[in-house]
Amino acid sequence: MIEQYVSLAVKQVFVENILLAYFLGMCSFLACSKKVETAVGLGAAVIFVLGITTPVNWVINEFLLKKGALAWAGMGDIDLSFLQLVGFIAVIAAMTQLVEMILDRYVPSLYNALGIFLPLIAVNCAILGGSLFMVEREYDFGESVVYGLSAGSGWALAIVSMSAIRYRMRYSNVPNGLKGLGITMLTTGLMAIAFMSFAGISF
Amino acid sequence: MTRLIEGLFDKYRHSFEEGGSLHWAWPMFEGAETFWLTPPHRTHQGAHVRDPMDMKRLMIFVVYALIPPMLVGMWNIGHQAYLAEGNAAATLVDCVLRGAIAMLPIIFVSYTAGGIAELLFCVVRKHEINEGFLVTGLIFPLTLAPSTPLWIVALAVIFGVVIGKEVFGGVGMNILNPALTARAFVFFAYPKVISGAGVWDVADKAKVIDGYTGATPLLTVSSAAPGTDPVAALNQAGWTWMDMFIGRIPGSMAEVSAAACLVGGLFLVMVGIASWRIMLGCVAGLGMITLVFNAFAGPEASAALALPFHYHLVIGGFAYGAIFMATDPVSAAATNAGRWMYGIGIGALAGLIRVVNPAYPEGMMLAILFMNVFAPLLDYFVVQRSARRRVARLAAQGV
Repeated sequence: MIEQYVSLAVKQVFVENILLAYFLGMCSFLACSKKVETAVGLGAAVIFVLGITTPVNWVINEFLLKKGALAWAGMGDIDLSFLQLVGFIAVIAAMTQLVEMILDRYVPSLYNALGIFLPLIAVNCAILGGSLFMVEREYDFGESVVYGLSAGSGWALAIVSMSAIRYRMRYSNVPNGLKGLGITMLTTGLMAIAFMSFAGISF
Repeated sequence: MTRLIEGLFDKYRHSFEEGGSLHWAWPMFEGAETFWLTPPHRTHQGAHVRDPMDMKRLMIFVVYALIPPMLVGMWNIGHQAYLAEGNAAATLVDCVLRGAIAMLPIIFVSYTAGGIAELLFCVVRKHEINEGFLVTGLIFPLTLAPSTPLWIVALAVIFGVVIGKEVFGGVGMNILNPALTARAFVFFAYPKVISGAGVWDVADKAKVIDGYTGATPLLTVSSAAPGTDPVAALNQAGWTWMDMFIGRIPGSMAEVSAAACLVGGLFLVMVGIASWRIMLGCVAGLGMITLVFNAFAGPEASAALALPFHYHLVIGGFAYGAIFMATDPVSAAATNAGRWMYGIGIGALAGLIRVVNPAYPEGMMLAILFMNVFAPLLDYFVVQRSARRRVARLAAQGV
C-alpha cells in the first residue's frame, strides 16, 4: 500500500516529470524562473493547487460526471462526461482564487512578484493536465492525492532548479538572438535530457 | 626554429589585426599563435594576481592527466581483440598498436569536427579560441566504444560544443559539461551503437573464437540470474577484481582502467585542478547506496543488488566519471559544502541507475549530467546560508 504510493510519487517527480517529460506548464515555467524566491513561491502554489484540485476533481468525476456515476441518485444511465473539462476548469479556477487571496493577505511580496502568473495558474496546462491524466490512468482516490502532490512537486523541482541555473547564467555571454526565452528553452531541453536518466526505472 | 615561427607570425600579424584584410579570421590567428608561442600581449590596468595557473595551463594539465587511462585503454583494446581471436602470442607492442589503430581515428575526428564548430563560433562571435576544447574533444571520445562509427562521433561532438557550450557563450559559461552533453546525445539518439554486448570489440569477426561474447562486466552483472552471486558471475566470465582494477576488461575506450584513472586523478588533485571533495563525495555516495542495496539483496532479488562496494568502484565508468567528468570546474558546484553534496548525489544516483534501472546498465554519465542541473541550486543555497550566517554574526556583534 505505502510502497505503491511511494513508487507513484517517485515516478511522478523524476521519471514522468510533468514539465520535463510532458512539457506541460511551460509558460509560467519560462516566465517566472528568473529569481529563486519567486520560483519557490510559484512552485509551492502549484503544489497546493494540484494537490487539492486532483482529488476534488476525482470526487466530481467519480460521483457526478462519469458514465453511470449518478447511480447513487438512481440515474445510472446518465453520462455527463462531456462536462469533464468545464467542471475541472471551474474547480481549478476556484482553487486559484483561494491561493491568490491567501497570498495577497499573508505574503504580499510574493503576490506582487508573481503578478499576472498567479491568476494564470488557473489556465496552467500542468494543472488541468494533472486532472485529465488522473481520469485517463484510472487512479483511485488515494492515488489521485499522491499523484497531485507529487506531480506538483516535480514541477516545483524543475522550476526551482531552472531559476538557479538562470541565476548563474547572468554571467553567460549568450548570442543576441537566443537571449531570454531562446536560451531558456534550450536549457529546458538539456534538463530534460538529464532527467531521462530515470526513464525505464521500475520500482 | 622558434625564431622562424616567430618571424612568420610577425610577418602576417598586420593583416589579421584591426583594419587588416583578414581581420575576420583573428581568432584563428590568435589561436595558432598561442599554440606555438607565448603571446606577446600584456594586461595594462586593473588588479593583478600573480599566478602561473591560467586557463591554458589548466586545460593542458587535464589533457596530461588523461594520458594514462588513454594508454591503458589503447593497450586493452588490442588485448581484447587478440583475446577474442584466440591469439595468445600477441605482445604488448602488438596490443598497443592495434588499439591505436582503433582509437586514434575517433580522437582525430572528434578534434577536427568539434574544432571546426568551435572555430566558426569564434570567428562569428569574435571571441578567442579557448583551450577548453582540447579537454572536451578528448574526454568525450574516450567514453565511446572503439567500434563507434566516425560520423556519430562527429555529430555528437558538434552537438556538445554548440548546444552544450557555445550557445551559452563559450568556456566557463556553460551549465552542463559539454563532453557529457555529447555523450548523452549519442546515448539517446543512437542507443544501439553505445550499449549492449558486441559493440565493445574490434576483433575481426571472421576470426572470433567460439564462446566469446564481448559483454562488459556491468552487463554480466545486470543480466545475472536473480539470487545468484554477481561476483561469481564475473569470475566465471574470467574477470577478477584485479583485472577490473587494472583494466583488462571489455569496456569504453579509456574507462576500463580504474588504476590509470586514479593516477590521472592524483595528478589533478596535486596540481589543484580537480576537487578532491567531489571525488570523495562520489565514492561516499556510491558506498551509502551500495550498503542499502546489499541489505535488500536476497535469494529472490536481482543479482546486481548483491554486488559489493569495492566491485562497484572498479567496473564501468565510475572511476573515469568521478575523476575527470564530475570534477569539471565549470559545471560542478563551486562551494565546498556544495561540492560534497554534489559528489554524494552523483555517487548515489550512479549506483541507483546501475542497479535499479534495467534500461541502462551504466548510470555514471547520466548521474553527473543530472547533478550538473542541480549544481547551481546547491551553490545558491550554500551562498544564501552563509550570507544569512554572516548577517547574524554581525548583528550579534552589534554592527
